[in-house]
Amino acid sequence: MTDTQAAAPESLLASQDFPEQAQITREIQDLHAEYARREAAGEKLPLTIHDFPPYRSSLLRHPTKNPKLVDPETIELYSPAFGQRDVAAIESDLTLQHSGEPLGERITVRGRLLDSWGRPVPNQLIEIWQANSAGRYIHQRDQHPAPLDPNFTGAGRAITNDDGEYLFTTIKPGPYPWKNHQNAWRPAHIHFSVFGSAFTQRIITQMYFPGDPLFALDPIYNSIRRQQDRERLISTYDHDLTVPEFSMAYRWDIVIDGPDATWSEPEGEH
Amino acid sequence: MPEKTLDPTPGQTIGPFYAYGTVYPKMHEVAHPYSPGAIVLGGTVYDGGGAPIPDSMVEIFGADADGSVPRARGAFRRDDHSFTGFGRSFTTDEGRYEFWTRNPGAEAGKAAFFAVVVFARGLPDKLHTRIYLPDDEAALAADPLLSSLSAAERATLVATRLPDGSLQHDIRLQGEGETVFLTF
Repeated sequence: MTDTQAAAPESLLASQDFPEQAQITREIQDLHAEYARREAAGEKLPLTIHDFPPYRSSLLRHPTKNPKLVDPETIELYSPAFGQRDVAAIESDLTLQHSGEPLGERITVRGRLLDSWGRPVPNQLIEIWQANSAGRYIHQRDQHPAPLDPNFTGAGRAITNDDGEYLFTTIKPGPYPWKNHQNAWRPAHIHFSVFGSAFTQRIITQMYFPGDPLFALDPIYNSIRRQQDRERLISTYDHDLTVPEFSMAYRWDIVIDGPDATWSEPEGEH
Repeated sequence: MPEKTLDPTPGQTIGPFYAYGTVYPKMHEVAHPYSPGAIVLGGTVYDGGGAPIPDSMVEIFGADADGSVPRARGAFRRDDHSFTGFGRSFTTDEGRYEFWTRNPGAEAGKAAFFAVVVFARGLPDKLHTRIYLPDDEAALAADPLLSSLSAAERATLVATRLPDGSLQHDIRLQGEGETVFLTF
């Protein structure tokens, strides 16, 4: 640790070569085609590609070796136990955390946490964080010159109910610029952190909104190599969930991937 | 076992701005620092250029000292006595993560380890690994995963016990000494 200098986080946020969007888009398309070929040739590939150079800050941060396939053992077959004690009910409403109403389009995001067999996963923690309606994160390293909203932090938590359901009330986040390449913009998204019923199922991902014109341009969204899998991150507008004169609504289910060993280990039966 | 009916949701990077969304009080205090058997488990997360990674998040889940799987609730609201086994640590500007926890136990003859997940800005999806306790050499030698690895790979999964009883374990995402990551 003595022969390395501490990294300067802010300077790392801009990519070294700062290419144009057209080059990034070309790199994305080439990689998708290459991975489709490799899959067609019988190679087993993960849904999300760790080695994805269009996402420039991944260059030195992805493993170069294939992960080792192991049977999950003891602790890996369980998840930390959560309950309503861990989260206050108000934490799932991101519009109530300050004295005033946040600016922007009020939305409900609702969905179910399911396992690979379609079974609901109850009593699990879901954490979310997001930019405000202007595309600004409250994080101090976000220097995007869009306004902060004194009435919006952008972080929430919920515990899934007996049917595996979660519900958040928030505002629709805006797209925001980042320095991966010239004029790079992230499609609007909400970060989701999810605990499944086994530690092997732990997942952090991002939920997007339907019809975003930035999808094809974004290296992070496209680090998922197949179209049908990318689309699993796009929520669906749900008119039945809207509240008249009050809010729009989106529905998004999350499926945690069980290794086969998790089949016989439903929560609460051991 | 029936056929799986649903396709899994893919993972994405944690991004740069996770701290305010995932922080919570005493998140790295899996065990209270002044409780019997509490030890420090810490190390540095490095990138492929040998630089420490200041914006990563490391999580551990470990058995209690007797090898039992913790089922107590309250990992996000620590009461300072229930042992939930789960902890979360953000790396510092020097890339260091740190936990207060207990030495996990294991069944007789089995090697004790922490289950570990690593997230980082620039890392497109989570990485699973394990941190084994270095103390029981016979159990380590008999471990199915460790015995399938080369000596160099194996070294990336076994912590170092320091004289004060703490555990030191670096995680390297890429390059020389690259940590062995797992898929299940």
